[in-house]
Amino acid sequence: MKPEFTIPVVINPPQTPAVRAGAMAHSRPFVAKAEHQQALGFPGELVDDWHDKALAKMKQLLDSSRALQVFMDSCVKCGACADKCHYFLGTADPNNMPVARQDLLRAVYRRYFTFAGRWLPWLVGAVDLTEDVLREWYAYYHQCSECRRCSVYCPFGIDTAEVTMAGREILASVGIGQKYSNEIIGKVHDIGNNLGLKPPALAHTLEELAEEVSEDAGAPVAFPLDENGAEILLVTPSADFFAEPHVDGLIGYAKVFHRAGISWTLSSHASEAANFGLFVGSHAHMKKVAERVREAALELGVKRIVVGECGHAWRVAYSYWNTLIGPFDFLDPNYPAPQHICEVTHDLIHRGALSFDKSIHDDKVITFHDSCNVARASNMGGVPGGQFILPRDIIRACCNHFVDMRDDAIGEATYCCGGGGGLLTDDLVELRVKGALPRMQALREVIDEHGVTHMAAICAICKSQFGKVMPYYEFDMDMVVSLHQLVGDALILDRGAH
Amino acid sequence: MTNFFAALFYLAAVVFIGGVAWRARLYARTPAPLKIPTTPAPFTRGGVALRMLREVVLFESLFKASRWTWLFGWLFHFGLLLVLLRHLRYVTDPVWGWVAWLQPAGVYGGFAMLIGLAGLWARRLLVDRVRYISSPSDHLHLALLAAIAGSGLAVKYFWHTDIVAIKNFARGWLAFAPAPLPADPALLAHLAAAALLFLIFPISKLMHAPGLFFSPTRNQVDDSRARRHAPAVN
Repeated sequence: MKPEFTIPVVINPPQTPAVRAGAMAHSRPFVAKAEHQQALGFPGELVDDWHDKALAKMKQLLDSSRALQVFMDSCVKCGACADKCHYFLGTADPNNMPVARQDLLRAVYRRYFTFAGRWLPWLVGAVDLTEDVLREWYAYYHQCSECRRCSVYCPFGIDTAEVTMAGREILASVGIGQKYSNEIIGKVHDIGNNLGLKPPALAHTLEELAEEVSEDAGAPVAFPLDENGAEILLVTPSADFFAEPHVDGLIGYAKVFHRAGISWTLSSHASEAANFGLFVGSHAHMKKVAERVREAALELGVKRIVVGECGHAWRVAYSYWNTLIGPFDFLDPNYPAPQHICEVTHDLIHRGALSFDKSIHDDKVITFHDSCNVARASNMGGVPGGQFILPRDIIRACCNHFVDMRDDAIGEATYCCGGGGGLLTDDLVELRVKGALPRMQALREVIDEHGVTHMAAICAICKSQFGKVMPYYEFDMDMVVSLHQLVGDALILDRGAH
Repeated sequence: MTNFFAALFYLAAVVFIGGVAWRARLYARTPAPLKIPTTPAPFTRGGVALRMLREVVLFESLFKASRWTWLFGWLFHFGLLLVLLRHLRYVTDPVWGWVAWLQPAGVYGGFAMLIGLAGLWARRLLVDRVRYISSPSDHLHLALLAAIAGSGLAVKYFWHTDIVAIKNFARGWLAFAPAPLPADPALLAHLAAAALLFLIFPISKLMHAPGLFFSPTRNQVDDSRARRHAPAVN
């Protein structure tokens, strides 16, 4: 492939680049068409009174979000976050430093909402809201994957994701929405999943999958859909239904359920775990998308809800579902609601309900990519750092060779894959390739030092993003595997042999 | 002169206390619709209190981010704390024992402030990333704080003033009957700069201090599955 941009050079140890102003000013995703805007209740194009509308929206967001209000006032420009964003490290564009990205919005906040900015704008860096400012917002609020790495390092906990979400919401509300995210939210509302896969097609896909897997495994591994009275409702990203390497993860979940003898079902009504309402900052859309899960769980009469391998979906499920679509008093109180598939598998391993032939992975050396939303916005297992411990425990239970990447690239310090937060679209491929640099550097290091052959992930966006960008760095895209692919391949299904 | 400074400080006190209370009230009353704590997020209120204590006392997150910024930032703030405690001697009579005990350390605090400010300023000027994000007010904040620390040390070491008279002024000011203030230029510069700091506090980035306590990523408990977070919506 011949990109029209320079691929960053992988250097270890990594270097912080010198700032190059405007280096990514040209990067902007396609703007949503009128129909996709209107379907979500946004105006179809830039409204005439955009200036007042945008400020009114900003006021509304400030009044309804303590985070935004406090974050607008609290930054001291210390620069702690300046070298923490993967997009800055990969592009050198200073507007991709979290503080500068926040300041695009903060400069306007100051001008219209603060004493100093009203009277002495030049002194405090306050700017008038112009169409150029809107264009700058559109460019740079779509160069943030809302991964929250900066927020870990900020001495005041300022979370750029909240600012990005506000920026995007203001833009959408005056008519400038992002095509990729808005189209997808529309599809979920209309059809039930991001891919626009209709129930009959989904049923057909699952039937074929069941046949194939059962034949390969020599055991009747089922992929039930809309099965009333099942114990577990599995909500998983729709990529899991067919795309590689995602589907191998779904096969892994199915094998785990089969081996443990737990009845489970997917739902055609809630056939998508992803919730792009988070990315565009809209609580209303996030709630509406999530609502399908509650409806499906009630309709099917399940006792537990389990979420498949999807990073931001787990954030929404773990942190927001109880607020948005709870309470879950109709579910089995003996289990957390919702549960992550890794919690289910980990618990079964812990109880000795699963056994593995680890030798099947002896040709592999595995490393693990902590997904940003799982790492910094959720937990697993109810123990501190459980979201880091459980996936690694599972990998170690089914593989003999596991190594971690260096400390500042995993755990709470993990780097985003470069495609999260609604940026996983081909019109942003330059940004995605450059933003993947820090992860590629950390991966290069463990390949060189430990002969790593595969990188496991538990997020559909991460897996898709790596599949796309890794060839640019001359890595084999097949290096990326679903965590539950490792589980499924090593799991011994035959109960008799146990 | 005495009346001017007394009035200036009454104004500064009203603006500072009223302004901070006004912002804090705004923060407290603005809803936090969703749970957004950042890892490592404690599971209990006690855990959150401990996390906040580490942020306030040790600057834990900044330590993770940048050792130089942490070092200079912590030196400055800890120095400021010592200096503020040292200044309690101007309003307590008799001077509390531990305040008296702390006096020598308070002087070192003044130097720590200046070293910290110099380091932070150097970063602002020399590191291209920090230079890019700096506006004139960021430099002026440093200049004002350096002026306060510098003039304070100048009064201590070069242009001595009548300490007893200052104490009388301060205690009188508290009782709304200020005694005459010595008209030494270094002292007056010190007081004017300090008053200006209090005056701009509620309308500047100095609000980072109260802001931290209201920051949802730091003050929320990570218990969203166990307890339903159902806030009032504004």
